[in-house]
Amino acid sequence: MQKLSLRDKIKEARISAADSFRGGKLMSSIFRPGSPFRKGYVDSPRNRSYVVMNNVLYHLHPVKVKRHGVRLSYTLCLGGLSFFLFIVLTITGIWLMFYFRPTELAYVDIQNLQTSIAFGSLVRNMHRWGAHLMVLVVFLHMSRVFYHGAYKAPREFNWVIGVILLLLTLLLSFTGYLLPWDQLAIWAVTVGGNMAGYTPVIGAQAKFGLFAGLEATTATLLRFYVLHVLFLPFIIVIFMAVHFWRVRKDGGISGPL
Amino acid sequence: MVDIPEHLLLRSAEARAKALGISVEQALAEMKGETEPTVVAKDPEVKVIDETPAPAAETPAPAAETPAPAASKTDTPEEVDFAPEVKVTQRLLTVVKAKPIQKPVAEPVDKVNTWPHLMLPEFVSLMAMTAFLILLSAILQAPLLEEANPNVTPNPAKAPWYFLGLQELLSYWDPQIAGVMIPLVLGVVLWMAFPYIDRNPETHPSKRKFAIMFYTFFLAGAGVLTIIGVLFRGPGWNWTYPWIDGIWFDDLLDWIHFE
Ligand code: HEM
Repeated sequence: MQKLSLRDKIKEARISAADSFRGGKLMSSIFRPGSPFRKGYVDSPRNRSYVVMNNVLYHLHPVKVKRHGVRLSYTLCLGGLSFFLFIVLTITGIWLMFYFRPTELAYVDIQNLQTSIAFGSLVRNMHRWGAHLMVLVVFLHMSRVFYHGAYKAPREFNWVIGVILLLLTLLLSFTGYLLPWDQLAIWAVTVGGNMAGYTPVIGAQAKFGLFAGLEATTATLLRFYVLHVLFLPFIIVIFMAVHFWRVRKDGGISGPL
Repeated sequence: MVDIPEHLLLRSAEARAKALGISVEQALAEMKGETEPTVVAKDPEVKVIDETPAPAAETPAPAAETPAPAASKTDTPEEVDFAPEVKVTQRLLTVVKAKPIQKPVAEPVDKVNTWPHLMLPEFVSLMAMTAFLILLSAILQAPLLEEANPNVTPNPAKAPWYFLGLQELLSYWDPQIAGVMIPLVLGVVLWMAFPYIDRNPETHPSKRKFAIMFYTFFLAGAGVLTIIGVLFRGPGWNWTYPWIDGIWFDDLLDWIHFE
């Protein structure tokens, strides 16, 4: 028998240690059978199915999808990216909430965030550009769906949910626009809120309800803040869940053309 | 043997008793193997399932040298002993044509495993998007103007870019039309109802030219109005040229003064 060199011995010990860790109680309690993080994962059709089926991912993805649907050129991943941007916005948004008070102090808080908090500027920028990007990506997703005729039977109702999602995305972006409490914020929201005032019959009430008064004040700020960080995200998550569920129940991605 | 619960045994005994016209006690006894099972004397009814009418007459083989006698056609053919050493105890009742009992609604489709064929591209595009966003945020500073002041109206006061097309319309038309009816009625109600209005089932672009044209016009119109609102409108909502008068759009502050 060949004598092992020291280096080989170390390598062998390392592999067996990694194996006994991956095969150990802890890892197998975390990862369910079929997970690539478990010991003994081999790339087989059965395990490929298990990766999805035995995983929380099964709530989002079926085990198999139509071959043409995974071509990047079909969906351009736009729906997925809308969802992903929403997640990025949630994470950066929660981070921003630690440093922000929706009162007369809002403006100062943003100034401090940018000047004296580590990564404050970067995270604020990510939240703001991410929001603009999300409006754009959702819009492009809608255009993709339209050009594919993907709103046709049986997907009519998912289009309706989609329009609601677009509306909620715009509302989220619009309510967030006021929060920095600078001249850009207050006047953009004043322009928008005045438009609501032209609603036939209930114009004055709509405007009063939006502004929490006759014009944009710190009461409006608080109102928009609550809508922005709590109410609208809550509602949009519910509609997204229904949207994704319908994509699967309507037979997966539409097409091919 | 597994013990069958009493109530289940009783229930099947009742069913058997009803089917054979015997008493429940007897059926129970038969099932437990205490008495001989009742034999049903009646011949089972045989139904011919074949729906297609039998061929009217067998076409005689066009063999010239052996003309088939006319009488043998009408006679029942003699029983042929295929295997004389075996007594044939079964006969062919009918031939049921092989067709599925259930009609498949969906055609089988070509599918691939989600892992890795969908999840890897998803992961890559997610990473690319993150990289792009972080890069963008590192380069471009989000605007923060002076503190909000209700007494000082900036000129022009512009909405966020996704509403600027509407704000541009507002400068042509009555606010009730441009500010409320168009976004609410056209933008929300009609847009939601769109799949119910467009009843054309075709999805191929060549077969839905009108819809494609309609949306493309909408995109172009919205794009043009938005670009005008963003770049070509200055103080008093007057027409300005960005290369002469500069850009009046604070959202892009850092882009404009980009060094
Ligand atoms: C927050 C916004 C939205 C999110 C996160 C979202 C997400 C998704 C995802 C992940 C899919 C799977 C296919 C794909 O990626 O293209 C999808 C499909 C779909 N979406 Fe959206 N969506 C949003 C907004 C919209 C809007 C505004 C519309 C239309 C008005 C819409 C209509 C549809 C339809 C009809 C499908 C099925 C498409 C097909 O089967 O090819 N969605 N959406």
